[in-house]
Amino acid sequence: MLNIVSPQTIYPLGDGVISSQSWFGSARAMRELILKESFRAHVGHIGSGLCIVEILEALFSKIMKIDSPSDQDRDRFILSKGHAALALYVTLYFKGWITAEQLSTFCGNGTTFGVHPEPQTPGVDFGTGSLGQGLSFATGAALAARWQKSKRRVFTVMSDAECNEGSTWEAVMFAGHHKLSNLCAIIDMNKQQAFGYTKDVINIPNIKDVWNGFNWDVYEVDGHNIEQLVKTMSSLNFSEGRPHVLLANTIFGKGVSFMEGQIKWHYSPLSEHDLAQALIDVSKS
Amino acid sequence: MRLTFVKTLVELAQTDQRIVLLTADLGYSALEPFKDQLADRFINVGVAEQNMVGVATGLAEAGFIPFVYSIVTFASLRPYEFIRNGPIAHNLPVRIAGVGGGMEYSHNGLTHFGVEDIGVMRTQPGISIFAPADAQQTETILRSTYMLEGPVYYRLGKDDRTIVPGLEGSFELGKAQILTEGSDCLIVSMGAVSNETAAAVVELQKSNISVTHAVLATINPPPDEGFTSLLGHYPYIFTVEAHYVSGGLGSLVSEIIADNALKTRLTRIGLNKTPDSITGDQAFLYDRYGLSPRAIAKKVVDTVKLSRVTC
Repeated sequence: MLNIVSPQTIYPLGDGVISSQSWFGSARAMRELILKESFRAHVGHIGSGLCIVEILEALFSKIMKIDSPSDQDRDRFILSKGHAALALYVTLYFKGWITAEQLSTFCGNGTTFGVHPEPQTPGVDFGTGSLGQGLSFATGAALAARWQKSKRRVFTVMSDAECNEGSTWEAVMFAGHHKLSNLCAIIDMNKQQAFGYTKDVINIPNIKDVWNGFNWDVYEVDGHNIEQLVKTMSSLNFSEGRPHVLLANTIFGKGVSFMEGQIKWHYSPLSEHDLAQALIDVSKS
Repeated sequence: MRLTFVKTLVELAQTDQRIVLLTADLGYSALEPFKDQLADRFINVGVAEQNMVGVATGLAEAGFIPFVYSIVTFASLRPYEFIRNGPIAHNLPVRIAGVGGGMEYSHNGLTHFGVEDIGVMRTQPGISIFAPADAQQTETILRSTYMLEGPVYYRLGKDDRTIVPGLEGSFELGKAQILTEGSDCLIVSMGAVSNETAAAVVELQKSNISVTHAVLATINPPPDEGFTSLLGHYPYIFTVEAHYVSGGLGSLVSEIIADNALKTRLTRIGLNKTPDSITGDQAFLYDRYGLSPRAIAKKVVDTVKLSRVTC
């Protein structure tokens, strides 16, 4: 039987306000929180969250212009691969937009912090969870900014398996045709999905060429190299030209030896033994 | 209704900068007034209804009132999950305009029929649903509901010329419009088939059946207590809709009857089976599926007179 650890013993409760400068480079701390919270809640989708930590850190610490979640002219963010919501909540905690108390309600009763991002959650611009919808929402948000003559940008993090969805390509074609240069999609290329490896389920051999063919600017990056992520996104022309897509190569379950690249960890929750080993692994990563 | 819809939308958009119009490549020879006069607020998203609703969701979050336009089935069924997870889940003012409710696309066949749209939309409490009966009522409804909070589904007809006698474009949110008053039974109709229903009411006069005919255009939120009270006054109630009898107007009325323990007998007139491959014009199809004036009148006569004999 699992021994449920109270959140107070996992990390110290505080007001959650930590300046973005102080936590930049804290991917290890983010991974620890993802592991501890998912263990406490006995919820899976851990590996999917661990592999986008640096992407979220780059976006929320360096790239996106968001003074507060209520700023009407803020950059918009959509976690299209909504099942990695815990990684987003942890990011919002370090950003200072949610408290430790709020984070510790993850998957509890009466909370908006569920497995997938709910629209009523602070810092969540669009609720997601059904794959293949986030890019359409993002495309509309980018079109809105253009029509309103605003300089705000729109960022969305998608999964590579999400490219199985036909609706994804409807949005890809639309954004490319309309040259929505204020839109940036980051695809978490972790190379696996719920029931197999992407190359075995639906292989897209030349995904770079496919996006390029739909009039997107394509960049291939190391999804765990935060300096490269920041440098690439900082160099994008958001004023004119094509929309941008970063094919971010990641390792599913990054940082946890027994989880990396393993299909099993798409859904499985951690046992107490798993957690202890995972925390040791992450501390060394 | 669609030409009136577009004409009215242009007039509204000229004073309300939030209104934009998206089409999934349909509306040729209908949407041009908007496209020509408000080109910077018009987009043909291509044959991509899911993305159309997704884009509209993003636009609405930023303060726009986006109207998305397609044939009923393509506007409601194809992007249904986007409607649910987008404007409904976020309570955003996306307006979905479906054209060709029922079997108005006649020879185009089942793929173009809109016979379950109200049913699937009505399962979602978070979207308002309006089904105007003719062009005049379309204008009234659009003007009085386009600014409602949250998403709206409009079920429109193609026909701009046929006017339901006695309706005169009247509409009041949450209420039914009474066209004729009688004592034997109540007929409630929804949408463009209200015209066939009105013709059936005229035929019924010859059979000495005195009919109250009510047109109900507010489907969600459900009509108010006045409508419930109306239902309670008649021993026989008939619903008429160019829709499956399950899920639409007939289901709505039966729910109100059950919830309020009304002592009345309800007969739902509409489609009872999946349309087969036999094609024809709308009048032919209405006759085939029991929605012609003659078929509606016969159903009422048979039900009322048989019950009288039985009693």
